[in-house]
Formats: sequence, C-alpha cells, structure tokens
Amino acid sequence: MKKLRDRVAALLDEGAVSLVIGYEEGTKRPRPLFCRNSESSGKLIFDSRCFHNLAVYVTKKELVGKERFAVTAPISTLRSILQLYVENQLSEEKLLVLTVDLNGELREFVTFEEISAYVAQFEMKRGEREQEILSKIEGMTREERWKFWMGEMSHCFKCYACRSACPLCYCTKCVVEVNRPQWINPWPSPISNMEWHVNRAMHMVGRCTACGACGDACPVGIPIDLITRKMMEDLAPEFGYIPGQPAKQGNALSSWKLDDREQFIR
Amino acid sequence: METKYISQGGMAQWFESIIASGKRVYAPVNSRGQVDFKLVKNLSEVADDYIQTTQSIKASVYPKAEVLFTYEKDHGKVNLSDFDPETIPETVLWKVHPCDAAGFKPLSAIFNWDSADKLHNAHLVKTSVISFSCAKADQSCFCTSVNGSPGNTAGSDIQLTVLPDGGAIAEILTPKGEALVALLPPVFEAERGDKKEQYLVDLPARFSLEEVNAKLNKAFNSTVWKEQSERCIGCGACAFVCPTCACFDIQEDVHGSKGRRIRCWDACGFALFTLHTSGHNPREHQSQRWRQRILHKFSYMPDRLSVVGCTGCGRCSRACPVDMNILEHITSIAKQ
Amino acid sequence: MSEKNTYLPYLMTIDKVIKEAPGVKTYRLKFQDESEAAAFDFQAGQFGEYSAFGEGESTFCIASSPTRKGYIECTFRDTGRVTSGMASLEEGSTMGFRGPYGNVFPLDEWKGKNLVFIAGGIALPPMRCVIWNALDLRENFKDITIIYGAKSVNDLVYKEELKEWADRPDVRMVTTVDPGGQTADWTGEVGFVPTIVETVAPSAENTIAIVCGPPIMIKFTFPVLEKLGFTDSQVYTTLENRMKCGVGKCGRCNVGKLYICKDGPVFSKAELNFIPAEEY
Repeated sequence: MKKLRDRVAALLDEGAVSLVIGYEEGTKRPRPLFCRNSESSGKLIFDSRCFHNLAVYVTKKELVGKERFAVTAPISTLRSILQLYVENQLSEEKLLVLTVDLNGELREFVTFEEISAYVAQFEMKRGEREQEILSKIEGMTREERWKFWMGEMSHCFKCYACRSACPLCYCTKCVVEVNRPQWINPWPSPISNMEWHVNRAMHMVGRCTACGACGDACPVGIPIDLITRKMMEDLAPEFGYIPGQPAKQGNALSSWKLDDREQFIR
Repeated sequence: METKYISQGGMAQWFESIIASGKRVYAPVNSRGQVDFKLVKNLSEVADDYIQTTQSIKASVYPKAEVLFTYEKDHGKVNLSDFDPETIPETVLWKVHPCDAAGFKPLSAIFNWDSADKLHNAHLVKTSVISFSCAKADQSCFCTSVNGSPGNTAGSDIQLTVLPDGGAIAEILTPKGEALVALLPPVFEAERGDKKEQYLVDLPARFSLEEVNAKLNKAFNSTVWKEQSERCIGCGACAFVCPTCACFDIQEDVHGSKGRRIRCWDACGFALFTLHTSGHNPREHQSQRWRQRILHKFSYMPDRLSVVGCTGCGRCSRACPVDMNILEHITSIAKQ
Repeated sequence: MSEKNTYLPYLMTIDKVIKEAPGVKTYRLKFQDESEAAAFDFQAGQFGEYSAFGEGESTFCIASSPTRKGYIECTFRDTGRVTSGMASLEEGSTMGFRGPYGNVFPLDEWKGKNLVFIAGGIALPPMRCVIWNALDLRENFKDITIIYGAKSVNDLVYKEELKEWADRPDVRMVTTVDPGGQTADWTGEVGFVPTIVETVAPSAENTIAIVCGPPIMIKFTFPVLEKLGFTDSQVYTTLENRMKCGVGKCGRCNVGKLYICKDGPVFSKAELNFIPAEEY
C-alpha cells in the first residue's frame, strides 16, 4: 500500500499525471477516490474489497480532462480498460495504469499490450454467487427461465444504475432515450423493463467483461450481470473469443465474416 | 388523539379485520434478499428483522407510472377520458417507518403548492398509514437531523410502538386512524402507562437544518459540488428510492388510434433531464446535477414550500452504487 | 372529488396553417368546446403545453395577442417527436392545449414609455404576442422599435408581418441576418443582433427593452444594453427552459429558487440577477 501511495504521490508531484483514480475507505466499503494532489494519495487503498470498476470514469471527459491521468486497476478494471482501448475510447498516451499483483508488487503498465499480457494470466471463472444462481437458471426449462427473469424484471424501476455503473455503456444518448422512434417505453413496466434489459444485453454481446458492476449497482437486487456474463460464456466458444479478453476482431453483434458457417447470415 | 394498548394477539386479529374489510394492505416483505412493500394478505408475510425497506412507500401515492388520461382518435377528432379517482382502491400501509410517513408532507407540498394535483390527492384520500416507531437504526439513518424522530407521528394515521411483550402502544392520530380502530374496537385496550420514548432508538442529531440552509444560501458557486460529485455516476437510484423526490416525466403510450398519457418517475440526476431540443443543456455536468439535488431538498424546498425535502431515511446512501453518502455530504457542508 | 385534472388538455381544432420558414409553421387553434372558449383568457407572455395526440406534449408561448379574441396561435419548428407530429397535422385536425401558464409582460406598467423589442430566430413568437398587444394599444406607448434577426433571410419568421410592421409609420423596424445569410436582394441589415442593437442605439431614456432569443444572443445583448444606459429593471426577457408539466411540479425548469413555469417565463434583468445564469 505504501509503495502505491508513494508512487501516486510522486506521479502527481512530478506532474506526470494530473489525476489518479483509485480507491479510498468509504462508509460501507471502499469507494472511488480522485487524487488530484499528492496529499490525497495518503487516502489510497488497494485490496480485494476494491470492487468498483473504475474504468467507468476513464471515458468521462469532464472528469479526466485533457491531461494524462492514471488509474489503480484491479483485474476487472483492467479488462474493461482493454475493451475500451479496442473500441478506440482510450489512448496509451493519455492513460497510465497501475495495479498491485498477487505478490503485492506494484505494477505499472504503459502500453495496452502489457495489460493484455498481464490479464491473460487470470482465468475467467464464475464466483460462488454466479455459480449458484447460474446453475439454477441453467437447470430451468425455457418457460421457467422466462418466468424467473420476468419476475426479476418486474422489480426494475429504470433508475439505470446498471447502465451508469458499466464502463462500456459510454453512449451519450442511450437507445432507451431515443424517441424517434420510441424503441422502448421509458416508464417501468414488466415487459418494457425486459425490453430495456434485452437491448442492453444485446449491445453488450462480445463486449461485456463480466465485471459484475451492473449487478452490484442494481438497488433492487436484480442479478442483471448474469445475463451478459452468460452471453459472454456462450459466445466465447462459438466466436473464438477468450472470456475476459477483448475481442480484437470486433464485437459479435456488428462483425460479419464471409466464411461464416451459418447460412442465414451470408 | 388517543393512546391505547393493543396486545400481540389483538394486533393479529385487527390485521385480519383490516384485510377482511377489503382494503388493500401493503407491508414490508422480505423476498429475494430485499425488504420492500408488497401487497399482503397475512401478517406472517410481513418482514420482521430489518432496518429499512429498499424503496420508500411513495409509490403508493405517486405511482412509478400513472395514466393521466386516455384518448381515442377518430377521423381527425379526439375523445378524451379523464382519470377517474374512483378507480383507486382503499389502501392501508402497514408498518411504515416514521421517516416514510414524514415523506407525505414534502411530496404533497410539491404536488399541490400552486395548483392541486388531482391524481396524487386521490391516492392520499384513499390511503391510511399505520406506522411503527423505530427501535433500531443504522449508520445511514438521520431523521433526527431533519425535523424527524424515531417516534415522529407526522403523516401517520396510527402509530404503533412495539413493546417487549409483543403488544404495542397505539397512538390513534386522525379520523382515518379512528376508522381503522373501528374495524375491531375491542382489541384496543386502555393504555397501561408505557413510556414510548423508552422503546425508541437513540439517534443523536448530526447537523442543524438552519445551519445547512444558511451555508447553502451562499454555496451555489462553491467547489464542494464538484468535489463531492466526482464519483457520482449519474444514475437515478437515489431519487427513485427517496420518499420525497417527485421529479417526473410525461410520456405517451400509443396503441393504434388509442393512447394513454403517462406520468412516470424521472430524476434530476439524469444527464438528459434538462436537455433542450436545441441541444443546449443548462445542467450539463454531474456536479451541477448533484448541486441541484442537494439545493432543491435543503434550500429551495424549505424556502419555497416551507418543508425540507429529506426525511433522513438514508435510503439514497444505502442504494448508491458508489457510496454518495448524503449524511456525510450534508454534515461536511454544515461544517464548512 | 371535483378537482380538475391539470393534465387534461382542451381540445382544439387547427383552424389555419401558416408556413413561416423552412420547418417552421404557425397554427391558429380554436377551442372545440364553446364554453371553454368563452371562459379562456390569457395575457402577453404566457405559454402552454400543446399536444399532438400520439406523440406527446411540447411547450410554446402563445404567439397571438390577447387582443385578438377567439383563437390562439403557436409557432414551432419541426425538431423533435412532438413537433414533427404536430407538423404532420392538417387544417381541421385536433390538437390539445393546456394553459395559459406562467406570468405576463407588465404592459400596464409600461404605459407612456418607449418600447424596444429585440428578438432572434425562432424566439420572435413570444415577442410577436407582446408586439401585437402593444400595437393594438398603440396610444399607450411612445416610440416602438423592433430589432429582429435570424441566421438567414430564409429563417426569418412572420415575413408578412415583418413587412406590415416595417410599413407602419409608428414603428421603427430593423431586420438583420447573420453575415453570410443575406440574399442578393436583401435590403435589411447584415450582422449579429447584439452588433445591430449597438448600431441602432435606442435611447435608454424612458424606454423598456424586451429581449428574446437563444441564450447566446441574450448573453451578448445584455452588455450592449447596459452600455447604452439601460438599467436592469428596464430590460425584460422570457426564458424557455425545458418543461413537462408547466405548473411547477415536474422539476425540470427549476432554476435556483425559481420555477421558470411559475415565476416566469417573463423576467426583468433585475430579477434574473437572483438566479444562476448558468442554469437557463
């Protein structure tokens, strides 16, 4: 921790970066911290409780400004940063990435290649919670699954915390806000909630890095992250993706191949 | 106002008689790991061990989506059908916390300050509130800092304070409360001299509203808004769980020649809330939207509507994905 | 319960359609219910919520003068879902209207004064209402000057009325288009509204200036007026923040402690000093 704090303080003092996005102790658990001077680096923490996906902030222009900045990134944040890079939302010149590895060593990544190599060591696995709920859902019939998800969706009140917490939901105008035509009714109702979440899931296909931020953010406890996680898991073998690694060939929904094995798409 | 004693068994009988009267009863229910108000038929469904429901009860008097009127188009002509208040059933809210009941006043102030809101008022008329005083609180609770208390009776028709024997002190506060008592008068026994205060959680005030108001009057251009809101991700969770947030949108639901005009929840924290068609957005940045949220509740509402737009329920702090803790933020403004 | 449902609109018939400029139309609306028509009254500066059934509601000022009875008019640009729905309606179709809402231009207080109207682009409609109101009560006021500018000749609205005003001996009419927006036969001024105001230089003596236009025009016109000697209580404007309910409840047009829909839309510059400029 001291190494991280010292390094961040040095980076800010030297003017190498103008901002470091990290974590501090919050009122319930660690929360995002924005260090703009070396004094505030003393508040920095970095441990296994640091869950928020900080990549959600790196595309916010009003926050990060025009100068170079740094992020202290746990594995989930690293994966999202890679995906944002692949989607041309980040540049190496603008962003310095720090992490603390499993041996407690401070690591600094200047290029996205380095992040990619580092992330490759970590296998994407379901945690206990994901395994428990997903195995239950996988055991359901199609009708049971529909009933389960409609039940869950009926709790959604469209606060869009899922969208706001997601680093990859960076559109300035979301599909749900488009009103010509009005694709999705903007008020909450079970079916329009389902429409919203299906739309979001489709926009995440092949892009989601299964960080779980959307599910964690949901104030009404819908395990919304499991939809995109499951899609990612199903998609990986079909499209040759490596779960948790950005798809360099583009995302599944907007990529076409002349030699696609499915007839309908040619 | 009259104070009575009701035994645990009496309470169960009374609950049954409320159900038997045909009124809808909403009460906190624990399901999917969350406690929230749901339609109930039996007392056994009602949650016991929890601090706060995830959502407030505001949806009972200000639905998430409500039809303002319907219409039908017919060869260039339009026929309107007005909202009918008679369609709203008699409703009893059971086991409401005082901070939720206190939310009715600011909500009604917003809906009725200048012109009466027929829909909101129709819900209010049909709704009776049975609150339970609070014996427990957590670190997000701060009702005592915003004119409330764990035993605040504002907004309640009856307040129950549960006693160690499972019975309760029953404060019958309004004619609506009396009407509920009249469903089964014998279970309301003479009071036994129990001291209500003894059974309430001790929750010291954390800031003074006057002090906060005075600070906010000069804080519009303060750097505090940017500092506090940097981590805010701009969702509407805080507004939607809040018992007093009332910002809404008006939308159109069209099915062929028939349509419904719908009022639905909205939030001043959303980036597009104030966006003009021209592209101009007066509140372009999250810091401006955070400022609006705080100033509206703690400065504009007290000044314009003579009521603070916060009941200290702490739901926004509990719901926030990034720990925007309103108590922490207001306390720090008060200390500035 | 006898309370009126605030959100229930009056049914109106589109009596007349005037094409003003590309994408800009004026609709003359008449009440379908005669008793509603008889009971209806409004004053210059007020606005309403106009319904295109099937699309929703949109906020515009009432563009006709209260001195012209029996109808109201609105002028709008086809830009969003509701306005494009409105634009597709024909004469004889039904629309909805809720209002009148908001405060008014204090024409009574302006009696005996000179009036300078300064408007830009699509912001002429709120001004047109008060201009006609003043012209219909011409004897109440001294000199009347109208300075109106748009991006290009094509974008000028109320072209017939601009001519009518220009032809009146009791009105000084100055029309301008932004540099590059003029046509070969353009005889008016060329230049941005604030610049033209400075050139025309109306005297501040016993004068009220009414400014209406996009935020950027207002921002640059206010200092010019100040330079010309106009005090803050001599300058009026009307604000058009985004609104949904129009009656102070939905929260959208809340700026500082004020609600544009209730405390406005008409404000003197002196009143504007009490609300944060960045929020309107």
